[in-house]
Amino acid sequence: MNEGIGHCPIDARLQHMLSEPLVITVSFLYLGLLFAIAYWADRRADSGRSVIANPTVYALSLAVYCTAWTYYGSVGRAAATGIGFLPIYLGPTLAATLWVFLLRKMVRISKSQRITSIADFVSSRYGKSHLLGGLVTIIAVVGVLPYIALQLKAISSSFSILIHYPEVMLPGSAITLPVWQDTAFYIALLLAAFTILFGTRHLDASERHEGMVAAIAFESIVKLMALTAVGLFTTFWLYDGFGDVVYHAQQAGHLKTRLIPEGSANTWFSFSLLSALAVVLLPRQFQVAVVENSGENQLRRAIWLFPLYLLLINLFVLPIALAGQLQFAGIGVDADTYVLTLPIAHQQQWLALFSYLGGLSAATGMVIVETIALSTMVCNDLVMPGLLRRWRYQAASMDISRTLLLIRRGAIFVVLMLGYSYFRLAGEAYALVAIGLISFTAVAQFAPVMIGGLYWRGGTRSGALAALSAGFLVWIYTLLLPSFAKSGWLARDFLDLGPFGITLLKPQALFGLEGLDEISHCLFWSLTFNIGAYLIVSSMRLPNADETTQATRFVDAMKHSRPIAASLWRGSAQVADLINLTARFLGEDRARESFTDYFSNERNLDDDAELPADAETVEFAETLLAGAIGSASARVMVASVVQEEPLGLDEVMDILDEASQIRAYSYELEKKSRELEAATAELKAANIKLLELDHLKDDFMSSVTHELRTPLTSIRAFSEILRDDPKIDLAERKRFLGIIVEETERLTRLVNQVLDLAKIESGHAVWTSSEVDLVEVIRHAIDTSGQLILDRGGKLHHRIAVESALVWADRDRLMQVMLNLLSNAAKFMAKEAGRVDIELRQEPALYRVMVQDNGAGIPREQQTIIFEKFRQGSTNSAHPMGTGLGLPISREIIEHFGGRLTVKSTPGKGAIFSFELPCATCGAANPSEKTGQEA
Amino acid sequence: MAKKVLIVDDELNITISVEFLMRREGFDVSVAKDGEEGLSMIRSWMPDLVLLDVMMPKMDGFEVCRTVRADASLADVRIVMLTAKGREAEVEKGLSLGADAYIPKPFSTSELVSRVKSLLETGT
Amino acid sequence: MRRSKLMRQRLVAVFLIGMLLLFSPLIALPDQPQLLFGLPVLYLYLFGVWMLLIAAMAWVVRGGDE
Repeated sequence: MNEGIGHCPIDARLQHMLSEPLVITVSFLYLGLLFAIAYWADRRADSGRSVIANPTVYALSLAVYCTAWTYYGSVGRAAATGIGFLPIYLGPTLAATLWVFLLRKMVRISKSQRITSIADFVSSRYGKSHLLGGLVTIIAVVGVLPYIALQLKAISSSFSILIHYPEVMLPGSAITLPVWQDTAFYIALLLAAFTILFGTRHLDASERHEGMVAAIAFESIVKLMALTAVGLFTTFWLYDGFGDVVYHAQQAGHLKTRLIPEGSANTWFSFSLLSALAVVLLPRQFQVAVVENSGENQLRRAIWLFPLYLLLINLFVLPIALAGQLQFAGIGVDADTYVLTLPIAHQQQWLALFSYLGGLSAATGMVIVETIALSTMVCNDLVMPGLLRRWRYQAASMDISRTLLLIRRGAIFVVLMLGYSYFRLAGEAYALVAIGLISFTAVAQFAPVMIGGLYWRGGTRSGALAALSAGFLVWIYTLLLPSFAKSGWLARDFLDLGPFGITLLKPQALFGLEGLDEISHCLFWSLTFNIGAYLIVSSMRLPNADETTQATRFVDAMKHSRPIAASLWRGSAQVADLINLTARFLGEDRARESFTDYFSNERNLDDDAELPADAETVEFAETLLAGAIGSASARVMVASVVQEEPLGLDEVMDILDEASQIRAYSYELEKKSRELEAATAELKAANIKLLELDHLKDDFMSSVTHELRTPLTSIRAFSEILRDDPKIDLAERKRFLGIIVEETERLTRLVNQVLDLAKIESGHAVWTSSEVDLVEVIRHAIDTSGQLILDRGGKLHHRIAVESALVWADRDRLMQVMLNLLSNAAKFMAKEAGRVDIELRQEPALYRVMVQDNGAGIPREQQTIIFEKFRQGSTNSAHPMGTGLGLPISREIIEHFGGRLTVKSTPGKGAIFSFELPCATCGAANPSEKTGQEA
Repeated sequence: MAKKVLIVDDELNITISVEFLMRREGFDVSVAKDGEEGLSMIRSWMPDLVLLDVMMPKMDGFEVCRTVRADASLADVRIVMLTAKGREAEVEKGLSLGADAYIPKPFSTSELVSRVKSLLETGT
Repeated sequence: MRRSKLMRQRLVAVFLIGMLLLFSPLIALPDQPQLLFGLPVLYLYLFGVWMLLIAAMAWVVRGGDE
């Protein structure tokens, strides 16, 4: 109890419940739970019900940003600097507003190019350079590895604090335990196993690690709940709320009068900027935010939910810090441990255990994702280029996919062990404690080449290399080496006096710049050199063909959904070669499946390995490979099976210019072509209609010619006979002349009727419309043509039931109809005892006129035909001498006045032609309606 | 023995004129009013030459021509198509069906007579 | 298309407002030694601004998850 906290005396033996085996068991149970969640999520993903497609899960996975450094360290920073911990979270909050531009674009590019790490992103942007990818990887590993070590240290020290419960005993400054007794070592091994299991399920690193992401999202919930629980306990159990904590702190003099120390405005800003960059550029953040993103729309929820998470996790930081300072006043308890030591000091063993688990989740989440991200980079950008060089001299085994998986798993193991080693070596050294912001500053070096590359086409590979190298060297000189010196690993002289005593080169007051904190100082100088080198070196030459191609793909990523740059390739390749190549890296089955999918879904082609590959197919193969081995290596591999003709810069520029012009016009064109299509369809319809009409007209003309030629034939024949043969006797001569006259009359009639019908059909006929008495018309018709019937030996009967029958019509036209019907009846009535009956009837609102004969009748199939032009019924042997136009004209006339002309006939029993016309005086139909119908 | 000429046409006035012309040349003439009647008379009466209208009720001239040419026992019958439909395509059709001549209406009587005579005398 | 353009425009506005409230000389105004509701004024101010920014972002992108 020698280090026990004063005001809560307790009996150690009674309270000592958090034994070492218990804490170890709980730790391992917790990791087991992570395994279970990851396993469950992977199974769900396999069955197509992805968990991480949920935007909330995506936002939670982004919270891997909050590591043990946040969990324990924020309170420490708050105790030391007031609100100095907040820029780390305010920066990302503000940056989130711009994610719809920046992050969305990165996601779009990464998905279409199958980019799997930030190293791959930079390498791909500047012409798929191995050198650049390697440099980014080295910066990331050097910058971030100590950060992993810090997490292991947090796990290790929180463990050792917890097992001393209920005493508040801080771990000693030196790690005395041998490796095999160090819990952190076993945790590291377990995390390696987890990462290998859920991080390398697929060879294609561009495929999402669903299980891993689900586990990370779960960890984010755990750490938030744990920190909140400690915060609630501190604020509302130990004290009476926020105000009470502040009151006591003020009384005790712990509350700083100014929360922002004098002259720290630079720090405030540079920390915010740093965090805003790090939240996307840290390898683990790029992994969860870009690589694991399963849909651009997830960003929309993330941009407010992630900042909300940051706010919540920081809500209780200040009260905990103040309470810790009050509770542990005068006792040397590190503020970084308050989250754990406050519950311990107040014998809240379960809360202490929960708090420990929160810290564990914050640390493990970071380690898992960071390790996956780093191992992908190490594998694709450091190991692969070496292997490719070796394979140039010595053929690789046919299936490299297993080798690749082994490399990636090995890389995971190596990265974790390196992290652990650094933790063992560095111990309590300053270099480890301050690593959070030092890491942030290292990855901030990626910002100019990343963001510049997204919006500026002029950046070149050499510009990017110069920028990264300059920034990285300045970072080493102004931040890393000084941290080594402060840890006692280097002589401090170079820090205090400058190298070789040159004051102007003092690492933390470079060129005499003083008054900044070391982070702001480093950030300023490193970014200045970085951006300067990027702009100057890039401006020394034009981007070459490769760089221009990639620049277009990146800068114009949001402008087109399909990469236009597929056309930026010329050469020849066989599909079979490409499939074999990808099979070596992805395995036979997966390669075949991908190509079959591609051919059937994207190209609508049958999978045919015999074909020569076009540019788009080569592009597809390269992208597919990029997902597994990185874009630079994929380029090298594809080039090995493809006869490529290098394109000159001019050609690339030409194609791009053309492509952008085409894009500009394409919308216009699409619109035009839609209009054209519509117009074409209309034209087609009109044309079909015209053709039909033309056909009808042709038929009509042909019929008319036929009908004209027939009487002409007789006229000409008889005329010639009469002319050539003067010896014909008189009776014969008279007969022939009679025929000529008859045929001439027929001809006249025909011509008149054709003209008449043409007029009616074209609407040019002149109609007079007045009240006409049907009774009078019928009587007149009987007077005119009754004789015709009598001449042919028939009898005419009529039955007119009304005095008068007024209809709206043209009297002459109606007469024409009546005469036509009567002459037809006369023609067709029975030869012997022929009889024609006329009847006028009144029916509701109309009058009906019927003309009946007792002839042969009209077969059913001819009853409609007879109303068609030139289709006279031809049932009897005596040719009717009709024109074949009488009935069609009559029907037109009757219909013009709103009536109907029909025929009823039973073959053998004569025919009844009847027409009806609306009654003009019945009121049911008025004239205006009728004229309406004719229009 | 006078050659036998059969006239098949549904236009009464035309048959009257053609009958007159043929009789004047001394042929033995018969008349049929439609395609069916014409065909049966070709079979029963075995004319040397048929003057065949195209547009007729019941069976048109083309059909009659086709049927006659399909019957080997009627191979010697000369066929002259007479029609008011004077289009090129129909002339082609008539000739390809095996008609010996195709004379459009209205025809010149002297030409009709000379074509009939030459067909009956020389077979051309 | 036009709606998402408007959304982006609004997000830029939120960003600029955030810059103004958090990273301009304005930040010195609430940094007072007095307490408000028993809490440091700057603390209240920062969390208040933070909350407002989040609410504004959530409002701007509302209903856009699908």
